[in-house]
Amino acid sequence: MAAEISNDSPSDEILQGSEPGASRNSMLLATDSYDDLASYLSDTNLSSDRDRLSSGSISEITHPTETESFDPKSVISEEVGPEVVENEINEQLENSLDVSASPVDEPAALATSDSDTVTERIGLDTPTSQLSELSTDHSQPEACTGNNSDEQEEEVEYVHSQEWRQHRKHVFILSQSGKPIYSRHGDEDRLVTLMGVMQALVSVIGDGQDLLRCITAGSHKMVFLIRENLVLVAAARSIESMPQLLLQLTYVYNQVLSVLTLSQLSRIFKQRRNYDLRRLLTGAEKFFDNLLNTMDRDPCFFLGAVRCLPLESSMRDTIAQSIAQNAKVKDLVFAILIADNQLITLVRMKKYFLHPLDLHLIFNLVSASESFKAAESWTPICLPKFDSGGYLHAHISYMDEECRSCLLLLTVDRDVFFTLSECKEKIRERLVKYKCLAAIAESVDQNGYKTSQVGIPELRHFLYKSRSAAQFSCPEYEAPYHTADQRDRLFGLYQFLHHRIHSSSRPLKILFHVGSHETLLGWVTSGFELYAVFGPLVTKSAAINSVNKLLKWIKKEEDRFFILNSPTF
Amino acid sequence: MKSIDAKLVVLGSQGVGKTSVVVRYVSNTFNGHLSPTIGASFFTCKMMVDNYRLRIQVWDTAGQERFRAMAPMYYRKSNAAILVYDITSLESFDDMKSWVQELQKNTDGDLAMCVFGNKCDLEDQREVDNNLALQFAASIGARHFQVSALSSEGLKLEKLI
Repeated sequence: MAAEISNDSPSDEILQGSEPGASRNSMLLATDSYDDLASYLSDTNLSSDRDRLSSGSISEITHPTETESFDPKSVISEEVGPEVVENEINEQLENSLDVSASPVDEPAALATSDSDTVTERIGLDTPTSQLSELSTDHSQPEACTGNNSDEQEEEVEYVHSQEWRQHRKHVFILSQSGKPIYSRHGDEDRLVTLMGVMQALVSVIGDGQDLLRCITAGSHKMVFLIRENLVLVAAARSIESMPQLLLQLTYVYNQVLSVLTLSQLSRIFKQRRNYDLRRLLTGAEKFFDNLLNTMDRDPCFFLGAVRCLPLESSMRDTIAQSIAQNAKVKDLVFAILIADNQLITLVRMKKYFLHPLDLHLIFNLVSASESFKAAESWTPICLPKFDSGGYLHAHISYMDEECRSCLLLLTVDRDVFFTLSECKEKIRERLVKYKCLAAIAESVDQNGYKTSQVGIPELRHFLYKSRSAAQFSCPEYEAPYHTADQRDRLFGLYQFLHHRIHSSSRPLKILFHVGSHETLLGWVTSGFELYAVFGPLVTKSAAINSVNKLLKWIKKEEDRFFILNSPTF
Repeated sequence: MKSIDAKLVVLGSQGVGKTSVVVRYVSNTFNGHLSPTIGASFFTCKMMVDNYRLRIQVWDTAGQERFRAMAPMYYRKSNAAILVYDITSLESFDDMKSWVQELQKNTDGDLAMCVFGNKCDLEDQREVDNNLALQFAASIGARHFQVSALSSEGLKLEKLI
């Protein structure tokens, strides 16, 4: 068996550095956000005791099935037959569709089951206060004057309403003092008490020198991200793993920083602990909404990679040259051309690189705002991975009438709008002259490529990430994944595969998983990550053969799918 | 024929319709689903006034509080300011007064001001008394217009300066 696996195992065929999309000179920082997160999770700042407690309980709670078959020596895992996960996914899909079948009364569970412990502990810590008082204290530090029992009842009713409970994933942001800042679903003003409970949970666990990371209740996971000034909570009934949800919360947190900067955020809460942050975030809700919706369907976030618009490399070089030659402005840090949430080109100042996470926030900024389509804009934006302490100033404009491609010129000088506006006009003229805009429009309208172009009949879909380039590529979603439900299910399968392979308790190199609807093969090396989906009857050796063919095909097309050089000004 | 370059800044609370007013004026269109401006948007428009060729550069600023600190960057270099409030929101009118104070304090009085009460198509939801607004505008030496970006009332061939 072992011999068979090593015979089948294709890993020696590709030397590192020659895998498709390998880039020695990437313009993106290739540190994986998911790896960053792993280091956060095993944060050594915590006392060893606390570390053991929290991480131990999490892995127990979130991967109960994995611990059973744990074999530390195995790096190649093979799963044939059991469709536990798939059933789980299907079940969850059904649950999400069938409102009445919602198995766990989530807010009630949170409120009742946990309030017991809260009362007990609070009783110990602050003997004078009752829970009821405490929750109102925390939840409504200032604005509670007008709140009478009627309104509270209404609030409780709202939290219990089917409409609110049927959502698969809730995300909340609250301040350290428990003030509501954002709720993905529903008006956060009506969730004051609930957020008070969350704050109480966090502070009670925090009092014991512990860190609250995750609560599981039936099929629900509640994941907490606690930052200096903010608490972020995700409550989800989905296949996503705890690290994946935590990564999403990290993105939301970074979105807050992108709007306000870390220094401003710290300053505000230093001056007034119970400041209502919504005042400064008005108009930014759509960034959170759009980010969360995109994270439910775009793999770029959990892959920590950027997708490039497929273009002939000569065309892409021409575009990069047009930008680099016409944007020679002092203090211009990045020039970025994007279309349809895909990168066309990035020209950078020699000593600076962009992190994929920051680029995702830029994509989110552009796709969430219609206002850039009306006119040239001059917008402050903070890129948390680049510099969380300050703003860059972005000149943002669309290059064509149809608003396909958007150019962003990012600088540290706030007074150069008109200089950059002139640069933009020159760049646009060049792009028109060399027919670059036409090529971009053609590629956008073509909507990527089809799986059938690879020439492997049993292959249905795949995600390929070049780790050194921090870029990924995937074909269009075709039948059977053309409907929203099926696409969501496929997305869940990818998340599952990704999580299994990157599981911190048992990382894998190759995972072959046979389900009732499809067969999955995940393969990770130091150079790339590949997640492939086949029909349900494909054998392991056939899948591995196909994957080898697929890699050759991607290698052949790599100049079109990836940006392998790194143009500078 | 002489030509003049003029710089104009549009200020006011969030959601009063600054962008809608500008877009109506510049391109004579209206979009009910405009999203809030982030930072500031830049428009240009050209017109003839009394045999002068006038080229106006318009800075349409964001109304959200977090962008307030950036406003000086735009009004310091301007020749004129349009202050927009929403006639259905007394708060936006009061807010506009604080803009006037800020402008009076930080510019040398060479900034021409003009007050727009937007959304005058929503007469039945009016919260700001028109006479009060006229009085206020007169007190700061500004002209006052009732406008509607939706119906384009008051935004046809307006002489801004």
